[in-house]
Amino acid sequence: MAGEEKTNELEEKKIFTSNAQRTTTVEKGETIIELNDVTIRFNKNNLKVDNLKEYFVRLVTRQLMFQEFIALKNINLDIKKGEAWGFVGTNGAGKSTLLKVVSRILKPSSGTVKVSGTVAALIELGAGIDPQLTARENIFLNGTLLGYSKAFIESKFDEIVEFSELQDFLDSPVKNFSSGMKTRLAFSVATAVEPDILIADEILAVGDMRFKKKCATKMSAMLKNGTTLLYVSHNIASVKKQCNKAMWLDHGNIIMVGDAAEVCDAFKAEMDSPTPILLPAKSNEKK
Amino acid sequence: MKVKSGSFLEVFNYKDLLNQLVSRDIKLKYRRSFLGYVWSILNPLLIMIVMVIVFSKMFNRSIPHFPVYLFAGRILYEFVIGACGKALGSITDNASLLKKTYVSKFMFPLAKITSTLVDSLFSLGAFLIVIIFTRSPFYWTMLLFPFIFLQAFIFACGMGFFLAQLHVFFRDTRYIWNAVTTAWMYCSAIFYPIDMLPNWLKFIVEYFNPLYVYIKQFRCIAHQGVLPDLMTVGLGFLYAFLLFGVGVLLFKKNQDKFILYI
Repeated sequence: MAGEEKTNELEEKKIFTSNAQRTTTVEKGETIIELNDVTIRFNKNNLKVDNLKEYFVRLVTRQLMFQEFIALKNINLDIKKGEAWGFVGTNGAGKSTLLKVVSRILKPSSGTVKVSGTVAALIELGAGIDPQLTARENIFLNGTLLGYSKAFIESKFDEIVEFSELQDFLDSPVKNFSSGMKTRLAFSVATAVEPDILIADEILAVGDMRFKKKCATKMSAMLKNGTTLLYVSHNIASVKKQCNKAMWLDHGNIIMVGDAAEVCDAFKAEMDSPTPILLPAKSNEKK
Repeated sequence: MKVKSGSFLEVFNYKDLLNQLVSRDIKLKYRRSFLGYVWSILNPLLIMIVMVIVFSKMFNRSIPHFPVYLFAGRILYEFVIGACGKALGSITDNASLLKKTYVSKFMFPLAKITSTLVDSLFSLGAFLIVIIFTRSPFYWTMLLFPFIFLQAFIFACGMGFFLAQLHVFFRDTRYIWNAVTTAWMYCSAIFYPIDMLPNWLKFIVEYFNPLYVYIKQFRCIAHQGVLPDLMTVGLGFLYAFLLFGVGVLLFKKNQDKFILYI
């Protein structure tokens, strides 16, 4: 009980240093993420030019043409607080791109994104881990990268260490760690605070069974406390289990939105069937 | 503090991250080396000894306390060029991170430049050793060194931001930069007296080479023991803020496109 009080106190304090992770309170049932007509366009041709020499050669030979590639097309999405959303679709459907838009890594070419709340992305854990540093140093580095203040990490340090079960390896460099240990470290830091929005992109694939279970428990606990989950996975069963809403994307278009079970079943039926049911796949391929 | 996402001011929200990144750079540089931080002093000292042996025969007559003159030039050159060189690759080196989480992108060049500054301040210790060893005089004006490093720091930030964003789009920026730094060294009167240059070239170096503007000020306070003239100080700050403005502006304008190229 005493521990609970302590965490409540902490949450009231300003725990984030960056306004990237504002602590705003959103009532349950209120819209927390709103995508309005979001389109992401790439110029396929320009991306191949990555040096000045090439650039000038193409400038002179007039090969700097614009070849458009649309990763997301007019996406409208309205996510309410406390919902768990799953995103399904084949490779290259735009699932990860969509999550990048929500976590502000990618700016939409047109349309607007409104996110009200703190976002913690568990997209490929360990991106912010420096193998040369010790686990202790990495907790601070990774935490500050996620936008937490040093004082906040200090106050949560014991909790993070306990969850990661790395007490005996705190002062050894992370390069000597196994991949499971690294994931444990990163997951513990990322979930040290309960964010308003948790973005998970196929993360629970590493770690032993026991730790996987621990992560799942932690995630369910977060969901119960009102965290909104955005989940991408190719494992349809786990989407069905974790989420109550789902979106099916294909080549940047929304095919189906709605109840997780319905969407997952439709997607599974489509994948199993030799002829397209919902997809305009044939005509698309001929283009 | 509430600032718009993507603005330079956002770095103030990431103070703790800057702290972590800088201390990481410094820690990693000296971890597992027997002499540790002593290298920060020893390294410039060894280079100095070599340079003094080579050049002192040439310029000893025209410049009193030549080692101090040489060191004053080198320390600023090493700082500015070193900081810019590290800032240049800072965005591309952190590609995997930038693809996965939102951080103010200004942080990465800024952290590299700051850690190089800390390194340079360490090597001021070597400067002291040189002064004591060559029995050169101390001046009270030496205490003004932070003002010169401040100008050089702002200048290096501007240059670093500019190079870092350019390097994202054009990966051959590094090779061009390497060529530029060599030319820059020869144009900054580091190991020869500026009076050796023909008048027209001397004019260009004195007024259009910001690096020399800083070196000149540092030599005033540390080598001659006089205050730099206001014109030079003004010019130093002018170049610093001018480049800082250009660097921040271009970086800000292009940062949303980084993700597509890294």
